[in-house]
Amino acid sequence: MPPSYLASLREKLANASDCSGRFLWGATSSVSLANLLRGTSLGGRVRQLWGRSVLVATRDQLATALALIELDGVASRLVICPPDIPAKHLPSVIAKSGVNAIVSDHDLQDHGGSGGPLLVTCSLAIRPIKEEQIEHRSTDWVLLTSGTTGAPKLLMHNLGSLTAPIKINQNPGTGVVWGTFYDIRRYGGMQIFLRAVLGRGSLVLSSADESAANHLLRLGSLGVTHVSGTASHWRRALMSPEARAIAPRYIRLSGEIADQSILNTLRSFYPQAAVSHAFASTEAGVAFEVNDGLEGFPASLVGTRGEVEMKIVNDSLRIRSARIAAGYVGEENGVLTDDMGFVDTGDIVELRGDRYYFLGRRHGVINIGGLKVYPEEVEAVINRHPAVRMSIVRSRRNPITGSLVSADVVLKGAPDQGNGNGQFENFKREILQICHESLAAHKVPATIRCVPALEVAAAGKLVRPHA
Amino acid sequence: MSIRSAVISQVQQIGIEAKKDLPPLTDDLALLDSGLDSLTIAIVVTRLEDTLGLDPFTESDDISYPVTLGDFIRFYENAAKLSGVAPGEAS
Repeated sequence: MPPSYLASLREKLANASDCSGRFLWGATSSVSLANLLRGTSLGGRVRQLWGRSVLVATRDQLATALALIELDGVASRLVICPPDIPAKHLPSVIAKSGVNAIVSDHDLQDHGGSGGPLLVTCSLAIRPIKEEQIEHRSTDWVLLTSGTTGAPKLLMHNLGSLTAPIKINQNPGTGVVWGTFYDIRRYGGMQIFLRAVLGRGSLVLSSADESAANHLLRLGSLGVTHVSGTASHWRRALMSPEARAIAPRYIRLSGEIADQSILNTLRSFYPQAAVSHAFASTEAGVAFEVNDGLEGFPASLVGTRGEVEMKIVNDSLRIRSARIAAGYVGEENGVLTDDMGFVDTGDIVELRGDRYYFLGRRHGVINIGGLKVYPEEVEAVINRHPAVRMSIVRSRRNPITGSLVSADVVLKGAPDQGNGNGQFENFKREILQICHESLAAHKVPATIRCVPALEVAAAGKLVRPHA
Repeated sequence: MSIRSAVISQVQQIGIEAKKDLPPLTDDLALLDSGLDSLTIAIVVTRLEDTLGLDPFTESDDISYPVTLGDFIRFYENAAKLSGVAPGEAS
């Protein structure tokens, strides 16, 4: 075995002491991990996918989970399609990442499958199969994250970078049932999927079609012990009548700023649980976890040499570790790291006493419940309205979702068409309609104001405050 | 306009914008069962801050979250009392 050999996810699972009694539970069906090791969800076509760049584009998260376990160490690339990627972006994702096979659980015609990629169906019904020897190869995992123009950015990871933050020895033993409000096709959810598979646990997946109450009931009935989500996910859970259906012993927040209020509320609502918040991004991986129940993070984490190194440059947090992505797929997104190998997270921090606190994101990027919104994308849609001269989109703090999108617009023509004016109210309705037609719901401005002018810097760009 | 009717009116408005048929808005209706999700509830909170000048989530020391529409309305009524804003006939 060469020193660079990285055991595949399936091998790691097979090497775990015992898979009996371990499950991946979807919203409508479940799969026993022991059965998966003795069978296939891909109709026995794994060999045909050897060395291929495979787009995993399933409706059901469970199907993605099965395909990842079967194809790591087999495919050259696994391009993991998140649930809400607009169809118009798929051809460029396929082209950029050299996709020549697609794994899906539904009719593949939607993905332009006629152009030649090998199409393989992933089924939730595991078919028993005789084990066959397939030459092991290293597999890139490509994760998609949002980009400035609305087109996704493709980040290259592998099982090594994705699992580097996971300390199996610290795994709290057997009987662990993970649950997450995330989708596992995003970095935050992927971390939980891998923790469950590599540890000795089971995992309860979320479903976009399920209400918060039903999801909590399902998590509760399956005896979930460890639950992760963004601060916004947790606020939604606490607003549900079924919040008491779960009694986790570990609660993890990541993906957006965890403020003191949500940390306190979770501690008093689930007194039996350890509450931890982590800083992670698709680009930089998991940087740290904070377990002292306080918002922000200890200043002592910055500047020390360890598994993860952090520095602050122009108030922005930069991170270097074996957990960061290897780079972007496709050159137009530029380089991921600075000369020293640090990823600039774009998260602005402020030192108060012996702790750093997150203030928001540079370049006005808005984080709504863990989903990034680039103001330029929303402004471009608003500016399509014929009466709009220019607009600026910024973040507005919100106690439910962390932030919301708020827009200021400058109208063409007379500057007296201000707020409260009947004509502006009509424009506002029309602008909102254009936004609803072109943008995901969380990107549509919650409030729109009419302003006489916007501040433009010397270089001709809009002046953007930190979001 | 009372606090109660201001809240109800914003909930109805967001229902129209989000093209959701809302069930009868009774006090015991669970907010997240009303057809609204946390994003639309967040928008209601922001608009109520603009129209009433109240943000009971941030201003209040009470760290429980409202589950029903009645809880939600009481959140605003209590915040109005604390801040001295006239609560109107709903009090």
